[in-house]
Amino acid sequence: MSSPVQQPHQVDGWDAAQTLGGFARACRAAGMPVTADRERTFLSACAALGLARRDDVYWAGRATLTASPADVEPYDRVFTGWFGGRPMHAVSQHEVARSTTVQAALEESAPGDGKDGGSEDVVRAAASTEEVLRHRDVAGLSPADRAALRRQFATLRPRPPTRPARRHVPAHHGTVDGRATARLHLRHLGEPARIRYRRRGRRARKVVLLVDVSGSMSAYADALLRLAHVMVQAAPRTTEVFTVGTRLTHVTRALRERDPDRALLAAGEAVPDWSGGTRLGESVGVFLRRFGRRGMARGAVVVIFSDGWERERPELLGEQVRRLRTLAHRVVWVNPHRGKTGYLPVQAGIVACLPHVDAFVAGHSLAAFEEVLDVVAGAQRPGGP
Amino acid sequence: MQAADVFASPRSLADALGGTGYLADDGLATVAWLGRRLGRPILLEGEPGTGKTALAEGVAELLDVPVVRLQCYEGIEASQALYDWDFPRQILHLRAVEAAGAGDGRDVEAELFTDRFLLPRPILRALREPCVLLIDEVDRADDEFEAFLLEVLSTWSVTIPELGTVAAAEPPFTVLTSNRTRELHDALKRRCLYHWIDHPGLERELAIVRSRLPGVDQALAAQVVEVVQRLRAEEDLVKTPGVAETLDWARALQALGVSRLDPEVAASTLGAAVKYREDAERVRVALDRMLTP
Repeated sequence: MSSPVQQPHQVDGWDAAQTLGGFARACRAAGMPVTADRERTFLSACAALGLARRDDVYWAGRATLTASPADVEPYDRVFTGWFGGRPMHAVSQHEVARSTTVQAALEESAPGDGKDGGSEDVVRAAASTEEVLRHRDVAGLSPADRAALRRQFATLRPRPPTRPARRHVPAHHGTVDGRATARLHLRHLGEPARIRYRRRGRRARKVVLLVDVSGSMSAYADALLRLAHVMVQAAPRTTEVFTVGTRLTHVTRALRERDPDRALLAAGEAVPDWSGGTRLGESVGVFLRRFGRRGMARGAVVVIFSDGWERERPELLGEQVRRLRTLAHRVVWVNPHRGKTGYLPVQAGIVACLPHVDAFVAGHSLAAFEEVLDVVAGAQRPGGP
Repeated sequence: MQAADVFASPRSLADALGGTGYLADDGLATVAWLGRRLGRPILLEGEPGTGKTALAEGVAELLDVPVVRLQCYEGIEASQALYDWDFPRQILHLRAVEAAGAGDGRDVEAELFTDRFLLPRPILRALREPCVLLIDEVDRADDEFEAFLLEVLSTWSVTIPELGTVAAAEPPFTVLTSNRTRELHDALKRRCLYHWIDHPGLERELAIVRSRLPGVDQALAAQVVEVVQRLRAEEDLVKTPGVAETLDWARALQALGVSRLDPEVAASTLGAAVKYREDAERVRVALDRMLTP
């Protein structure tokens, strides 16, 4: 602390520093991001302003202990609770950030179970069986076809996305590398020589896959995890996989196993909620709190594999995906039911999320998976829904 | 008025800012005062057009120093914010040396990387001369740039390999603004004093219009502010009009010599306040409702 607080201010026999420190900790308990250095800054701010006016303490705390408009309401609550008296400020409405949720009636029919699949838009021209298989909906395959498809997963070639790196690398074109050029010229004592160029290097960008394994997705879970396995194998250091259903399970480690069948078994053992219900909104929220905010989602390409069958609270899911997007580089939604003719995104969950996703693609067949890999690699500009 | 008097207390700062035409509320004045007093940058988040950038300009006017502005964008790098070498002039210098009879190569090289050939960019300028540093829309820059900013804002110095370390005599009054298109790193937020700027209430907004546009018809100003306030509260617009838009609209109406807002005039001047086609449709309908007696 820079200087002692002026006028030792007695509150119930506590001294000012204790009172203020206690207030900062109460804010932390209320979920605000109060760290030790924030607490110190708060005390210096109070010391600078003096403690004579309640308003000054209020604003000193708000400037040092909060970090987003969402913190204002809890801050006001804790402040009134801690220092007593009337509420300082009517909570403003801004954080009830404009809800983009569209209230869509939930369809009462069960989600597509894939039994009507297989014949949908497959052109049975003189294509080879393998070619046909590439476009078949994986939900409606016979066991023999399924085995053939598994072998075909090995033909998928994921290309991890990249981001600009800190360092520059010499290049044939790009910006003029003044220093390198000047050095080259100096070597020739100022005789103009070749111009050297440089550009920023590229590093692998993080990819996070969230795979929905709830009941309505059970027909696709196996294929989607195989796709995730292929992607983890291509970039084991920068790809993370979670399953979401009624809970969030981190399965990256299982999928680092090279053999696909053993990897799938290991992942299957790790996931406790196969084919259960869907609490997608909450699961995505847990992901953000536990992993995403701490850096896993920041600047990453986040892919959600789900049919958006969120019966509980679609508006919560929409809000979580909005937050996800403020962290991520790009949010891609893969929906197995999208590839079917006549599909319209009417599930309330999807409708709530659509405004916040950068790309909305199909994920029902091997051909669709190839498209997913293209979008993730950034090869395609994301097409809107 | 001396800078010392201006920054005597949050209240005196608010009054002085009022003199420049910037009406700060208690909270913002306190945060700005603390920023100067504790030598910390202030981070202002809020909707576009709520006066984040204008605060930096107001404080600069009070301190009688220039605003050094660094506009962030996707892909901005440290070199664009710090310094560059004036490459063409270096080459010219080389040729001149050569024409005069070449010296020792190494001496020439030392000459090349001196202040003479340095192009200071905003951050370096802010460290060298008294100013208000405005780092605008920091949410558009990427993580690496944020990390670089954190370092500068913590040490108030940068090191140039060929020249040594440049440190600020005293930290400049620094304002970072963000529109929240992206979450900033917590480390950067911890370094700053945080303030969320909200749209002003009716009375404050009216006061702002009057102080910024002294010649505007009082009744018209009241009408415009009331309409904008209602649009913010009632209509779910893609882009809510900020104070900047209110001022633009009032200016446009003033230029047309209008003294009362009616649906027709409002519709023809709407482009000053509403910037999206989808919004324009909604607002037109709403205006008819508000302005038809």
